[in-house]
Amino acid sequence: MLNSSLKDLASGLAQKKFSSVELTKAFLARIEALNGRLNAFITVDAEKSLAQARAADARIAKGQGQPLTGIPIAHKDIFVARGWLTTCGSKILSNFVSPYDAHLIERCNDAGAVLLGKTNMDEFAMGSSSESSFYGPVRNPWNPDCVPGGSSGGSAAAVAARMAPAATGTDTGGSIRQPAALSGVCGLKPTYGAVSRYGMIAFASSLDQAGPFAKSAEDLALLLNAIAGFDPRDSTSVERRAEDYTRDLEKPLAGLRVGVPKEHFGEGLAADAGAAVEAALAQLEKLGAKRVPVELPNSGLSVPAYYVIAPAEASSNLSRFDGARYGYRAKDYRDLADMYRRTRAEGFGPEVRRRILIGTYVLSHGYYDAYYLKAQKIRRLIANDYTEAFKRCDVVIGPTSPTVAFKLGAKTADPVQMYLNDIYTIPANLAGLPAASIPCGFGTGGLPVGLHLVGNYFGEAKLLNVAHQYQKATDWHRREPKALQ
Amino acid sequence: MPLTPKEVRRIAELARIGISDAEARTIQGELNKIFELIGAMQKVDTEGIAPMTHAQGAALRLREDKVTEPDQRERFQAVAPQVEQGLYLVPKVIE
Repeated sequence: MLNSSLKDLASGLAQKKFSSVELTKAFLARIEALNGRLNAFITVDAEKSLAQARAADARIAKGQGQPLTGIPIAHKDIFVARGWLTTCGSKILSNFVSPYDAHLIERCNDAGAVLLGKTNMDEFAMGSSSESSFYGPVRNPWNPDCVPGGSSGGSAAAVAARMAPAATGTDTGGSIRQPAALSGVCGLKPTYGAVSRYGMIAFASSLDQAGPFAKSAEDLALLLNAIAGFDPRDSTSVERRAEDYTRDLEKPLAGLRVGVPKEHFGEGLAADAGAAVEAALAQLEKLGAKRVPVELPNSGLSVPAYYVIAPAEASSNLSRFDGARYGYRAKDYRDLADMYRRTRAEGFGPEVRRRILIGTYVLSHGYYDAYYLKAQKIRRLIANDYTEAFKRCDVVIGPTSPTVAFKLGAKTADPVQMYLNDIYTIPANLAGLPAASIPCGFGTGGLPVGLHLVGNYFGEAKLLNVAHQYQKATDWHRREPKALQ
Repeated sequence: MPLTPKEVRRIAELARIGISDAEARTIQGELNKIFELIGAMQKVDTEGIAPMTHAQGAALRLREDKVTEPDQRERFQAVAPQVEQGLYLVPKVIE
């Protein structure tokens, strides 16, 4: 059961080979066995999960099951879920039991999925290693001395270690794709506006997007079917007809034009990661795809523009954490201003404080045009690069991350080094494009390498088609971490 | 232009985050490195480029002017640090 696809789990449930209660118990036992070593979950609540599993079994017995009914799904602790502790990896929310459900949680509940637990993450999703969590670092299942990537590192590690058949995450600058790459699983960041941000704790609202983690592209499609769709409560949710993301999975790749951006293969890309990506491109050519060189000349400006836009929006979004209405409040304070200062100094970790300060500065009087407005203009240039590229190709492919997973502590002392992890993933967030990472081989130390696929707006079905066809011809996505056996 | 410790303390005050003088010096060094990275932006000519806020250029939707939310005050205040008679309590602001 632990290694099965979502489709096989659903058919096992439908054919009464096992019940949702049995399935949920199997994953809870796996979490129990491994979480002490990996720290992938912040909260597990067997009683709550099993109550949902029993309801799912009753629903299946009545013949009312849907594709995800009875299947346990782990959720990043950034999605509020009614009655569940929801921390966002922060001390400031360490006592916050949510009074309501995020849209994504509602969708999964409606589908009859079981909430398996809340996964660990970088505090407020700010990080690329899952080390900045108030609840301690997540460890990589392939090598527990290494990071799993971040910020959705708990979800990535949970799927890699078979502690969950699938999971959710959020991606502001690469926080689904980079941990998917470093942990050897599949992850998809949909087009901005495809999945509602309602109840997803906000980091940078113009970039944040939720998406699925799974073992295969087919499973990503099934989970995306459940969570995507218009929601009037998110003002940037895009109003469009629901689509079936599995519809194009079986299309052959003959004639597919694969855009290869030279900017993502230059200095900074480690030889092992580069070799695995080259081999994947050759494999796609064998499947009938054609390689087309494309240019993303403004790609190098992505990290600078991102570190203006994301902190600026974060400084505004995180102003709500003031110790007045919910969450942590400092014990001693002289007056209201002192209560705010102490609550926020004690409640936020160093990286979150750093980003709030950057954001406050760039938005402060007299600096708006030089920073935020300038960054928004560069954002347009980056989006225009992709518009040009997509005139010549159907999908842009390169490495997800410049290197395989690094050791815990290797980059925590230098924030700028940490930021450069997301050099290949940030452009898709700035442009608002859908993008995925799938396993494509192994590098130094037997650590996984991720293949990054960027599609045109609302081209998720195309990305999943390419990924699925690649996975039918290869078995990288079926490899399991040996470090745990 | 590099930030001074005094500016760091001013930003922290704007952000309502308490920092000590020693922290201000550490943070100053870190922020200056980050601003060096961000500085690459300034060399780019963006004359005439329209700023981008949303990929689909979505405009704010209007909705019908009717009540959609029920009163859930008790449920939402159950997670507040300090509440009295349905009100959030904070230190006195006005004498």
